[in-house]
Amino acid sequence: MYAHPMNNAPTLNEFDVEAIRNDFSILKQENDLPLIYLDSAATSQTPDCVIEAMDGYYRTYNSNIHRGIYRISEEATAKYEEARQRIGRLINARRSSQIVFTRNTTESINLVAYSWGSANLREGDEILVTVMEHHSNLLPWQLLSQRTGAKVRFIEITDEGVLQLDGLERLLTDRTKLIAMTHVSNVLGTINPVQQLAAAAHAVGAKVLIDGAQSVPHFDVDVQGLDCDFLAFSGHKMCGPTGIGVLYGKSDLLEEMPPFLGGGSMIRSVQRESSTYADVPAKFEAGTPAIAEAIGLAAAVDYLNKVGLEAIFVHEHELLEYAHQKLSEIEGITIYGPKPRQKTGAITFNLEGIHPHDIAGILDTVGVAVRAGHHCAQPLMQKFGVIATVRASFYLYNKLEEIDSLSEGLLKAQRILTRRRR
Amino acid sequence: MNIYEEDILDHYESPSNYGTLENPDISYEEDNPLCGDQIRMDLKVEDGVITDLRFCGHGCTISQAAASMLTEEIKGQRLDEVKRLSKDDILEMLGIPLGPVRLKCGLLALKVLKAGAYGLKGWPGEEDEETK
Repeated sequence: MYAHPMNNAPTLNEFDVEAIRNDFSILKQENDLPLIYLDSAATSQTPDCVIEAMDGYYRTYNSNIHRGIYRISEEATAKYEEARQRIGRLINARRSSQIVFTRNTTESINLVAYSWGSANLREGDEILVTVMEHHSNLLPWQLLSQRTGAKVRFIEITDEGVLQLDGLERLLTDRTKLIAMTHVSNVLGTINPVQQLAAAAHAVGAKVLIDGAQSVPHFDVDVQGLDCDFLAFSGHKMCGPTGIGVLYGKSDLLEEMPPFLGGGSMIRSVQRESSTYADVPAKFEAGTPAIAEAIGLAAAVDYLNKVGLEAIFVHEHELLEYAHQKLSEIEGITIYGPKPRQKTGAITFNLEGIHPHDIAGILDTVGVAVRAGHHCAQPLMQKFGVIATVRASFYLYNKLEEIDSLSEGLLKAQRILTRRRR
Repeated sequence: MNIYEEDILDHYESPSNYGTLENPDISYEEDNPLCGDQIRMDLKVEDGVITDLRFCGHGCTISQAAASMLTEEIKGQRLDEVKRLSKDDILEMLGIPLGPVRLKCGLLALKVLKAGAYGLKGWPGEEDEETK
């Protein structure tokens, strides 16, 4: 059975949100309006310790890694590889060589689709995804389908916004070669039972890729516990910088996969006509990588560990419960997705008769930053019969008063716009 | 300067030239893939002059108000004069500055008009300029 991350969580009184906010310069800016940042599911804010770690690289040991025979290059190489270690430990990878640095979740998934997918899938095979995937975990499989003739099939969701697992045996057959699914919906916040699905997939011989972009930042994700074959996530949604992402893969799979991008660093030896490749993870890291960003991401991992992912999860849940309660009081609101208990820090909604862009525009006039649009999840929007929604998402630095501001901003939007038209 | 100025809200609440035409000479419809806003423009053109026009669609205040203002502006104008209308003309009609995302909302009606009248498919103001 799927273990809810709230089990074994510490009590909230250890969590000092003001002390945490103090770690983020951006939240201390003095402007006309406060920055009420409720868009962490798009990108999280960066604590000063992460900025300082990257600054330290550029100011004191900026150099290319791996082949420099001099002091600062050796230091940069050591820090880059140490970052891999710390990130591997965060997700309980067995070896640091299972951690491939990429640009972001999207690139990690594309790497698997191009390398593993092109080598292993053919016509008649099936890839199973869910209706709640971000486009980054759908388009790579559509493209793979066009290249190979393999078919993409969908696990539907209920009206409540959780996976429809009745009848899964009709979808998951010996034709299924891969389940590619999100751990947490970027729109609804729904936490999916990925461990249960991974076991079901393995029972029919399918591999499992988990999109962890919205889970790794928010709770403990254990690749060995989940028994996933691949896990993809991004640095910038977990207090790290942009431009760095991670692909975890099981060693035997990574070793047999052909390279993705060709170039420097990924070779063993090069002849005019052909070459042999480096061992993993170097095989998948052609060219100079994002060195400062890898070091920055490791600093972010240290920061999240220091605060404690369990404590962060509990804090987000308090915000989420309050947001559900507060927003439910607003007349004409539709909240999409399951109850707070089944999800993590995001609430997605619409106000009757008001376009989501206008809601976000009016919230901006009171300093509240939210996202409005299709959230790169158009099949999910189609399922709910809407073109767009508004999403407020929370992280460790958000506080209850900010949800009051959100709620007041929504009432302001209704005052300005509801009496108008339609 | 506020996006939700009374003038814009008035156009949103009671848009001018809202609806469709029977047997239009030009009819074109498009949406903004970023937010799903949609606008259709119907035009009657006689001797090169826009004699009547209607717009319809759905979307945010900015996209709908800009469409309403644009139809007021061009009714009775020569069709070839419309080609010269630019991003800045729309911003002047709206009377507010717009960020890059909301700018697309504001320009959708002009984009639809130019695509329908001239087959110009790009976003106004985003013509591929040479770097200097």
